[in-house]
Amino acid sequence: MAPLLELKDVHTYYGAVHALRGVSLKVEEGEIVTLIGSNGAGKTTTLRTISGLERARSGSIKLKGKSIEAAEPHDIVRLGVGHSPEGRRVFSRMSVRENLEMGAFLRKSGPDVQKDFKKVFDLFPRLKERESQAAGTMSGGEQQMLAIGRALMAQPKILLLDEPSMGLAPILVEQIFDIITEINSRGTAVLLVEQNAMMALGIAKRGYILQIGEVTLEDSCAKLAKNPKVREAYLGV
Amino acid sequence: MATASVTSSTAGRLLGTVRLPLSIFAFLALALGVLGIDQFVNAMTLGAIYALVALGYTMVYGIIELINFAHGDVFMVGSFVAMFISSSLLGNEGSITNVPLLGVSVLVLFALTIGVMALLGALIERLAYRPLRRAPKLAPLITAIGVSFILQNLIQFFFGPTIVTVPQLVPIEWSIQISGSRVPLLNLFVIASSVILMVALQLFISRTRTGRAMRTTSMDRDASSLMGVNINRTIMITFLIGSGLAGAAGVVHGLYYGNTNYSLGFQSGLKAFTAAVLGGIGNTAGAALGGFLIAFVEVGASAFGYGRWGGAVVFSLLVIFLVFRPTGLLGSHTGDRA
Ligand SMILES: Nc1ncnc2c1ncn2[C@@H]1O[C@H](COP(=O)(O)OP(=O)(O)O)[C@@H](O)[C@H]1O
Ligand SMILES: [Mg+2]
Repeated sequence: MAPLLELKDVHTYYGAVHALRGVSLKVEEGEIVTLIGSNGAGKTTTLRTISGLERARSGSIKLKGKSIEAAEPHDIVRLGVGHSPEGRRVFSRMSVRENLEMGAFLRKSGPDVQKDFKKVFDLFPRLKERESQAAGTMSGGEQQMLAIGRALMAQPKILLLDEPSMGLAPILVEQIFDIITEINSRGTAVLLVEQNAMMALGIAKRGYILQIGEVTLEDSCAKLAKNPKVREAYLGV
Repeated sequence: MATASVTSSTAGRLLGTVRLPLSIFAFLALALGVLGIDQFVNAMTLGAIYALVALGYTMVYGIIELINFAHGDVFMVGSFVAMFISSSLLGNEGSITNVPLLGVSVLVLFALTIGVMALLGALIERLAYRPLRRAPKLAPLITAIGVSFILQNLIQFFFGPTIVTVPQLVPIEWSIQISGSRVPLLNLFVIASSVILMVALQLFISRTRTGRAMRTTSMDRDASSLMGVNINRTIMITFLIGSGLAGAAGVVHGLYYGNTNYSLGFQSGLKAFTAAVLGGIGNTAGAALGGFLIAFVEVGASAFGYGRWGGAVVFSLLVIFLVFRPTGLLGSHTGDRA
C-alpha cells in the first residue's frame, strides 16, 4: 500500500535560492515522523511545499498515492493535510472560537463539527476557558494550542507541525508534546518539524535529518538518538 | 483593590464601545447646528456617494494591499453604464412620477449596473492584477494606473469628452418638510440606498462564510489558505463586491446630479480614496465614516464661502493623516498583522 505521504526528490526555490535540494521522505498511516534540522535547513519550506504554499520545481509529492504537487493549497487541505504553521499564525483579531470555526471552514457545520469542538476543548482545556478571547491577546503557548486545535478542526489525516515548541517554557513544551502523542494515538499521522531534537526524537517513531535542503540521515528515532553525529549536532552532547 | 480595578476596566470597556457611536452622534449634532438642515442633508448625500466608492478602495487594499488607482474610474464607468442602461436600454428620458413604475425602474437600474460593474471589476482583477500576484508591489500599482487610463479612454471613445446628461428618475421637486426646511426626497433616497448597501455589506462580511474568508485572507493570506480558503476566488469576490458598490455609487451619482463625465473618477475617486485613508485603509466601517467626514469638510468649506478651497482642505487632510496617523481614525485592519 502507498504511504500516507511521500515526497520524492523535491526541489523548491525562492527566486534564485535553492532551498530544497531533492528532499525525499515518507510518513505512513498512524506514524509520528520528525524532521530535524538547524535554522535555515529547509524544514519550513518542506512543509510549505507539501501544503502547496510554495511550488516544487521538480519532484513528486503523493498523498495516498495521489499526486498533489500541482494542487492548490485549499484542495490539499480538503484532501486531509492539516498544517500548524511556523509562528502559529492565528487570526489575532478573531476569538478563539472563531479561529476554530475557520479550521472547520471546509466542513458543513453540524453535530460532527460540534463534536470536534468538544474534542479540541478536551485536549486543550485552556482554549475552552479563553473561548471568546481575541487570539492575539493570548500567550505564546495558548496560541500554539490554538494553532494545533485549529488544524485539527479540519479532521486531517496527517498533521504538519512546524516547531510547536518554539519560544515556549520547558513545562509547556512537555505539555504540547504529550498532546501531540495523544492526537496521534487517536489516529492522526504527524510530521513534526523541530529544532528541539531531544523532545522530537522522544515521541516520534522515525526521523529525518535535514541539512541545507538535503536529507542527510534517516533512521528510527531510537537509533538517531544514539548516533554520535546527531548527538553532537542536535542534542548538544 | 481588585474590585475597583475590575469595575474601572468594565467601565473602560463600556466607554470604549460607546465612544465611537457617541462621537459620531456628537459630530452629527454639531454639524447640523453649524450647517443648518439644507447643507447637512447635502453633506450626507455627498458623503453617501463617497462612502460607497471608498469601500471599494478599502476592501481591495485590505485583501491584497493594493491601492487600486483604477477604482475611481470604475465608479466613473459605473455612472456611464447606469446612464446607458437608464436612457438607452430602459428608454427613460426624465423623471417618473408613477411610483410603482419608478420603484421598478430604479431597482432594475441598480441591479443591472451593479451586475455589469461587478463583472467588470472581476475581469480587471483577473486580467490586470492576478498575473502579478507574486510580483513586487510596485508592479500592480503601475498596472492600476494603466487600467485607469484605459477606462477613461474607452469612455471618451464611446461617449466623448464632454459632460453627458443622465435621466433623473426620481422627481427633484418631490420633497418633505423637516422643521421648516424643504428636504428633497431624492437626497433621502440617495442616503437611504447607500446606507442599506453598507449595512448589507457589513452583514455579509461578518455573517457569511465568504465574508469570513475575506476577513481571514486580509489578516493572513497563507494561514487562510491553510484553512481551505480559495484565495483567488476570495480576492475575485472582493473585486466583484467593491466594483458592484462603485456601480451603485455611479447610479446614485447620476440620479442626483443628472450628469457625468469621463474625468469623474479622478476628482471624486481621489476624494473617496482620501476617505478610505481617513477611516483607516482596510477598514470597511472606517471607509464609510471617512466618506461622510470628507463630505462634511467639503460642504462646510463651501457653506462658509471657501468652496474653492474644499478640495485643498480635503487633500491637506489626506497628507496630514498619511504623515501623522497613517492607520486612520478607526485603525487600519491590516496594521495589526502578526
Ligand atoms: N521567503 C523566502 N525568500 C527567500 N529565501 C527564503 C524564504 N524563506 C526561506 N528562505 C531560505 O530558504 C532556506 C530554508 O528556509 P526555511 O525552510 O525557513 O528553514 P528552516 O525552517 O529549516 O529554518 C533558508 O536558506 C532561507 O533563508
Ligand atoms: Mg522554520
